[in-house]
Amino acid sequence: MKKTLTEKIFSKKLGRDVSAGETILCDVDLIMSHDTTTPLAIQSFEKLQMDKLHADKVVIVFDHIVPAPHPAGAELHKSVYAFAEKYGIQRVHYGEGISHQIMAEKGYLTPGSVLVGADSHTCTAGAFAMFGTGMGSTDIAVAWATGQTWFRVPETIRINIRGTLPQHTSSKDLILTITKEVGTIGAAYKALEFGGPTVDAFEMPDRMTLSNLAIEMGGKTGLIASDGKTIDYLKSRTNETLEELHPDPEANYEKILELDADNISPQVAAPHGLEKTVDVQELKGIKIDQVFFGTCTNGRVEDFQILADIIKGRQVARKMRLVCTPASKEIYLQMIERGIAQTILESGGVITNVGCGPCIGRHQGVLGDGERCLSTMNRNFQGRMGSPNSEIFVSSPAVAAVTALAGEIADPREM
Amino acid sequence: MGRAWVFGDNVNTDIITPGRYNLTTDPKEMAKYCFCEVRPDFPEQVKEGDFVVAGEHFGSGSSRESAALAIHASGIKAVIAPSFARIFYRNAINVGLLPIMAPTGSIKDGDEFSLDLENSLLHNKTQATEIVTQPLPAFMLNIQKAGGIVAYLNANGGRLPEMG
Ligand code: SF4
Repeated sequence: MKKTLTEKIFSKKLGRDVSAGETILCDVDLIMSHDTTTPLAIQSFEKLQMDKLHADKVVIVFDHIVPAPHPAGAELHKSVYAFAEKYGIQRVHYGEGISHQIMAEKGYLTPGSVLVGADSHTCTAGAFAMFGTGMGSTDIAVAWATGQTWFRVPETIRINIRGTLPQHTSSKDLILTITKEVGTIGAAYKALEFGGPTVDAFEMPDRMTLSNLAIEMGGKTGLIASDGKTIDYLKSRTNETLEELHPDPEANYEKILELDADNISPQVAAPHGLEKTVDVQELKGIKIDQVFFGTCTNGRVEDFQILADIIKGRQVARKMRLVCTPASKEIYLQMIERGIAQTILESGGVITNVGCGPCIGRHQGVLGDGERCLSTMNRNFQGRMGSPNSEIFVSSPAVAAVTALAGEIADPREM
Repeated sequence: MGRAWVFGDNVNTDIITPGRYNLTTDPKEMAKYCFCEVRPDFPEQVKEGDFVVAGEHFGSGSSRESAALAIHASGIKAVIAPSFARIFYRNAINVGLLPIMAPTGSIKDGDEFSLDLENSLLHNKTQATEIVTQPLPAFMLNIQKAGGIVAYLNANGGRLPEMG
């Protein structure tokens, strides 16, 4: 039987041939949750009449509202800490960064294994050929207690990408283009698999940007084969054995999409959904109040390097708020080391502490009525960053950088 | 019997329970802001046994279980939509809310309904029509009947249901 990456991973886990469409009960390798989804999981766990918690599989990352912006948040944090202590959970990370980034940096993402996470962007782990998928808090509580969960093994949409991205475009423009093509529900109940020469040439950060948006198409996960680059990234971060994992040639895909990276242009998603993605030229000139640089999509040092290269020696537009939130402490330190942090501050930007920052509209740069934000994030639902009457545009780091300088949506090719 | 609260396509979790209110673990509190921005009358006027009716891909977006919990705590027994976002679908089953797949185009806001789970039928009393629904897989129905996954596990020695 020729297998997709998904089928390979589940066949290995169950020790038999597993194919798309089956519903299976499966051991999970890791169970992740964060500061705002863990409290509900604790509530469900405490209702279960089961005393065991598989602490060795658990990772808890405090990233959504860190440090706590109000007493209610502080109380949530206290309850999560107390729970972790009670059950001897070792892998607890506070203020070190966004869960999906931390999972990579700490070397928790190992090819061929299965991760469930109480966060929809758990699909980011797919960049490491790990079947990572998001679930609700009660599913997480059940996984804590049983070490297992049920899955319907998804069919796969394969995306083959060849060619080289033109100057001033990036993996973000590529994945926005793919999202436009597949549609925001086009991959519902399915796995996405990204491959081809362009993806092979990508380093891990670009691969993570692709996998991160799988859920924005409704996808269960966004898998990429593991190769030398995956292993290079992970080997200094883990003692686990790391394997190259590729899908079988001519595996049974539900659909195959072919894309040419040479044709990609800078993209911007207009409010309030990624289905409103268009070429930057169509939105050029729209006035923007805030540029938000960060998140699990594009908050890595490579992204801030693009920003720094563009704004160095210049000032952000008058009344523009440039809010930068590094995705992790490791990234923040690199930004300091490479002079990126200094460039941002000198150009009039703000750097917040690491974490999700204003991505979910709870602190550090929420939007007021009628305000417009352009962001490097993954999702622009109405009201996500604050007032329901505010608007979010989503773009690549390069578009965000030139927009911060111009005070209106701008095209990096016209710098 | 209950009335239909009709929503459109792609109702995402930020519409069901906006992120900035998501600081409580109490479902009754969550119910107070359920759909508050798109249907401010919903939290106040929804009655026990009413139905949420929507278009494609209901519950897309974040993994927040508050979305399913808030709807359930509002007294809603079933959400009817042609398709659901998968995380929401799982969350619904887990908290004891029925995610029923059926074509919903003909349903008008305020229509009176009853749901016949055994026969996979929705009776629209207002329009005097019947809609055939997709049956839930047996193991999910068992979880839902138990009152959600926590109650199911407690009643079954902590073992997840057999698949197949
Ligand atoms: S950065 Fe935004 S999208 Fe990513 S995990 Fe945090 S809140 Fe979610």
